[in-house]
Amino acid sequence: MGRMRNLLIPGVDKTLLIRDAVKTMPDLTRRRFISGGASLGALTLLTGCDVTDSFSAEEMLKQVSKFNDGVQALIFNPHAMAPTFPESAITKPFPFNAYYDLEEAPTVDGKSWKLEVRGLVENKKSWTLEELYQLPQVKQVTRHICVEGWSAIGSWTGTPLRDFLKVIGADTRAKYVWFQCADKDGYNSPLDMATALHAQTQMTFKFGDEILPRAYGFPMKIRVPTKLGFKNPKYVMSMEVTNDYKGGFWEDQGYNSFSGS
Amino acid sequence: MSAVTVSDEHAASTKAKVIQPAWVRALHWTNAFAMVLMIMSGWQIYNASPLFDFRFSPSITLGGWLGGALLWHFAAMWLLMVNGLIYLTVGLATGRFRKKLLPITPEGVISDTKAALTGKLSHDDLTKYNYVQKLLYAGIIVVGILIVLSGLAIWKPVQLQYLTALFGGYEAARYVHFFCMAGIVAFMVVHVALALLVPKSLRAMIIGR
Repeated sequence: MGRMRNLLIPGVDKTLLIRDAVKTMPDLTRRRFISGGASLGALTLLTGCDVTDSFSAEEMLKQVSKFNDGVQALIFNPHAMAPTFPESAITKPFPFNAYYDLEEAPTVDGKSWKLEVRGLVENKKSWTLEELYQLPQVKQVTRHICVEGWSAIGSWTGTPLRDFLKVIGADTRAKYVWFQCADKDGYNSPLDMATALHAQTQMTFKFGDEILPRAYGFPMKIRVPTKLGFKNPKYVMSMEVTNDYKGGFWEDQGYNSFSGS
Repeated sequence: MSAVTVSDEHAASTKAKVIQPAWVRALHWTNAFAMVLMIMSGWQIYNASPLFDFRFSPSITLGGWLGGALLWHFAAMWLLMVNGLIYLTVGLATGRFRKKLLPITPEGVISDTKAALTGKLSHDDLTKYNYVQKLLYAGIIVVGILIVLSGLAIWKPVQLQYLTALFGGYEAARYVHFFCMAGIVAFMVVHVALALLVPKSLRAMIIGR
């Protein structure tokens, strides 16, 4: 214990330090996943197949997941519209969903907030909320499908992302539009260009005809009815048009990156 | 002349001895492996958002957490689908389904069920399925097709929206997928129990005779 005390830098908050340390440790379930994979990897070694030392079920699963990204991109039909519903079908209350509680959800000051635009675009100017509200908006009532299996129907109003990409002179031959959010861990998510250009992919400013509440991502959410819910970033701070795969909050933890619906 | 007759007889007896041809055995065990992976990872996925008031014990699930289970589910899916498509194609093309599984008559099913329950069902000729077997095997093929289709419907409710609509929408397709799983698990319990009761049938599915 005395030695531990010596290792601590004076003035460092021990509780915060421990919290940070715990965060870097993989959680128990994920460790189970990896150890299960490792033992299956060992099993394949017994069969005498030509496998490298680094082979594991986890590595194999990652490769298949990448293959599935490609298959999904291939079967993605840009003209297929997500089913729309009457307003009476809207789920009330529409669930708040995040990996943190509502109290911990970001509080963004709409007056000082500016959408940062970066990457392969002609016009890199930042956009205030007032300026964005001037853009033509459309309303859609579509089903949000969570990766967990539950779903809920919501009413979303905003500007089609493809219209905005045109306004800022984005290079639509680029592979991704990458979003960064105000969530506490910096929620990132890459969106493939084909999906970004889909007619229903929307920069959402309103939920149910009212200014997007904090729970659903004020000031701006990217609503993508052709993707699972975790690929619908909320509290968006910036977007970048890029050819680099920059990963995302859930994608980095193993969720399939395309995750189309 | 006589030599030819002998070799013909020999060929006929060898042919008769093969209860399960190699392709059936290979596809059967590949399917069993893929099914177990799909079911165990499926239970983990179910646990993330249960349809009913229970969860599956983590000790019988695969993947460790939702993300891991989805990776397993969508990897084993390919094995299951490719294997299943080969099975359906060969089964239909060779006439095996017709020869082995048809006809299924209600009278046959009733009398064979009675015989089975009173322990009088004969297992002397394993190349011929009794009516209960015919019904169960034909039924499980249908359930197998349904679980794949309902799975596709909840995997791609936008791209395959007509399929999803056929199941009565996204939520309904989830229930169909779940009940098909329950049906397959129930089938597996009975199937394995009976295979253990008639060890010759298990042997035939492993070495063919």
